[in-house]
Amino acid sequence: MSEKEPKKTMANEEELALDDGRRVKVLSPGMMVFKRFIRNRLAIVGICTLIFMFVFSFIGGLVSPYRQDQVFYKVDNANKEYASAIINSDYRFTAVEGEVLTPMTRATFNGQVKSSGADETVFTADGVTYTAKKIDDGFYILSAGKTLGTVAQLGKIVDINLEPDTELTDEARKAVQQALRNGEGSFTADGVSYTLTRGVGKNYTLSSMVEVGMVSMLNFDPHDPSYTGLVSGYEFRKACETAMHRGETTAVADGITYTLDVQDENNAVVLDAGGKEIAGISNIIVNPVNNGIFLTADYRAAVSEAISERRTAFDYINSEGVPEHHTIQMRGSNYIVFTQQQTYLIDMYSPPSAAHPLGTDDHGMDVLTRLMYGGRISLMVGFIVMILENIIGIIIGGVSGYFGGWVDTLLMRFVDLFNSIPYYPMMIIAGAIMDSFEVDPYIRLYMMMAIMGIMGWTGVARVVRGQILSLREQDFMVATEATGIPVSRRIFRHLVPNVMPLLIVQATMGLGSIILAEATLSFLGLGIKYPLASWGSIINSSSNIYVMTNCWYLWIPAGLLIVLTVLGFNFVGDGLRDAFDPKMKR
Amino acid sequence: MWKFIVRRICLAVIIIFLGSFIIYGVMRAMPTSFVESMARQRAAASATTGGPTYQEWLDQLNEAYHLNTDIFSGFFSWLGGVLRGDFGVSWKYGIPVTQKFNDVIWHSVILNIITIVLEVLICIPLGIQAARHQYSGFDYGITVFAMLCISLPTFFLATLLKYTFAVKLGWFDLYGLVGRFHEQLTQGGKILDKMHHMVLPVLTLAMLNIGGLTRYTRTNMLEVLNADYIRTARAKGLPERTVINRHAFRNTLIPLVSYMSYLIPSLFSGSMITETLYQIPGIGYIAYDAMIAGDLPFTMFYSMFGLILTQLSLMLADIMYAVVDPRVRVN
Repeated sequence: MSEKEPKKTMANEEELALDDGRRVKVLSPGMMVFKRFIRNRLAIVGICTLIFMFVFSFIGGLVSPYRQDQVFYKVDNANKEYASAIINSDYRFTAVEGEVLTPMTRATFNGQVKSSGADETVFTADGVTYTAKKIDDGFYILSAGKTLGTVAQLGKIVDINLEPDTELTDEARKAVQQALRNGEGSFTADGVSYTLTRGVGKNYTLSSMVEVGMVSMLNFDPHDPSYTGLVSGYEFRKACETAMHRGETTAVADGITYTLDVQDENNAVVLDAGGKEIAGISNIIVNPVNNGIFLTADYRAAVSEAISERRTAFDYINSEGVPEHHTIQMRGSNYIVFTQQQTYLIDMYSPPSAAHPLGTDDHGMDVLTRLMYGGRISLMVGFIVMILENIIGIIIGGVSGYFGGWVDTLLMRFVDLFNSIPYYPMMIIAGAIMDSFEVDPYIRLYMMMAIMGIMGWTGVARVVRGQILSLREQDFMVATEATGIPVSRRIFRHLVPNVMPLLIVQATMGLGSIILAEATLSFLGLGIKYPLASWGSIINSSSNIYVMTNCWYLWIPAGLLIVLTVLGFNFVGDGLRDAFDPKMKR
Repeated sequence: MWKFIVRRICLAVIIIFLGSFIIYGVMRAMPTSFVESMARQRAAASATTGGPTYQEWLDQLNEAYHLNTDIFSGFFSWLGGVLRGDFGVSWKYGIPVTQKFNDVIWHSVILNIITIVLEVLICIPLGIQAARHQYSGFDYGITVFAMLCISLPTFFLATLLKYTFAVKLGWFDLYGLVGRFHEQLTQGGKILDKMHHMVLPVLTLAMLNIGGLTRYTRTNMLEVLNADYIRTARAKGLPERTVINRHAFRNTLIPLVSYMSYLIPSLFSGSMITETLYQIPGIGYIAYDAMIAGDLPFTMFYSMFGLILTQLSLMLADIMYAVVDPRVRVN
């Protein structure tokens, strides 16, 4: 009760400590408090820390180029499946334009010709006679017998009745007559083989062996989608393949000369006259793993080359001139090509860099920006809860202290009740209840502040009541009663201001502990929830061992901010107490 | 005096009653209660065999756990059990609440006793030294250190200690009270193992409390040092050592002992945050887990225990005041 002395003499002036007043008469009590305060070095340190924290949180958030819930992405290389390749062991059929090689034909070919190994095999499928002429191992030209018409020989006159849509050159007509005269069953004219099959009497059926397709083991890949038509054309393929099998480096198709850049017996690149690459030829079939990827012939050639040389990795310079590293793995009989492909990822736990001075957190958000916005919440919670506690505490404590008697007893028992409810269990249960209701983060923030205020006002009420109990017996209160000032005015204008110094000291110290309590709850995951942040919830990530051991930048800065802020409030509170009441100093 | 004590006890009983009722009400308001998750599990397990549905399980369990009543009758049936000494069976741990309490409370008590001894050994010399050299650099250092300890959040301190001593230096385990090979150890080895695991929690708790006690010691020592009898002792020409140790220190002990007497009930209350962070199976950690799981009997027991402890320490303080200061008794 050291304040008693000054209070008596000061009437309702708000400040105390008149004992110093004689020495420095010119200063008002407020100025004296201020002077004493700024002489306290620790308090100044505390004030500077707090100013820094406020600037950091409230101005930092505005200055920061990022939003608090902005998620950052990064481009990373991941080993992804890119293409698959297989060494071709099946015959591939290419039909002449307008001709169709039915599945039956293909199957019969595979069944009969492949095994026979003869230079020329005749087989029948779907009622058509085919001739497979072997050019080289794994390369056949298929011809089909085609009925052109009937030929009737009446003495010297040869009458040729052609089927519709067929034509016969004069050369061929002459050859027919020649053949009939000589009694030959087959003949050649203009490079086409014809057969005359004798029917009834002197009637013959004229048929020709027409080239309908080719069978090979090689695969053509256009270098560019615009060449697809050309490359899948029969003439082109036949010319190229023939050249390859003959070991030549030029091929002529449709009157155009192409150059073959032969790498080995199964691989070649076709160039046009201008040296432009048109297609790749290979016995290795390379397919992209999904439709979104277009493989260039260059790339296919590179894969084929790597596989035929039995390498497990190769470098390829892509169309943009950037070298890519590819690796090849066997899977069954397939070769799978992996590439370091660029992938778009959330930039989690990235270490400090120029763009993110404190790295990014587990959601890929900038930690420094989160700390700034988190500081707002932490400080705001501190102040709002403190104000709430003081409002409730001053009203209940003031009423209780002023009236005394049964009102006092009742209210103080109420205070006792609130005081004895364990704080953390209550907050934890409240947090768990809000968890299960999935309360919106913003509403949750307000609810939490309200609950913290309701749980914490008892200290203020006790202080106010104790002070008022001693103050109300003093002369200035008798004076207010004598002048007939109303009760509410007496309490809140004359008594409460006298309690203010003590309350301010308590509130400053209390702010620190409120911030600590909020941080602890948020740390336990029962306080502030994503997308909001507070310093406590930022440290929460350190409960993950990986983060704790590897990402110091995620939790140490947040912890230091809490410590410094609470320390600042404690220093200032200590300094204020000493300044208000120098007698109590130390 | 007796009348005062009896009145105080009556008040404490009323507060304990109302306090437990409030906590019971709040616990019952928790919607995803323990029973609901249990019913969901059982319904999922019996779904394939065509057993009871979720609703049927829920009804059965609600009846078994006396949750099909309103809050008032639920509370009074709980209270009736308590008055007969039956605190019920913990839902989460499956054994009687008191048995679980018995299993874990001693971990907390031992932890707290070691902490308090350590605190006293550190704080009292520090506080006295700081008071003797008031306004010196040492004094400022102690003040800043004490303030720093008060300002440290438990979880941050614990994480820092774990990071330094468990992760970087590898001296201690991150969690738990026993090591991996605890069962293979001898009796003495087991005790040493537990002690080893208590080092970091004790350090954390001690660091957090050092600030308050150091400042309290310093303030009291300063008051004593400014007293007239110290001046007399010095005037007599007693050596400084005698003045401090015999005259000043003994007088400082009086407020310190009364301060410490408040700490006795808190020995039993456990330290929820620290125990949870280090996963020390003391009353704090076990109660925290029970609360999160919605274990009504255990939470109620723990809260009531806390209420009783608080009231006990308040009563102790009031009665001590009454003993020391006769004016309180007159009122």
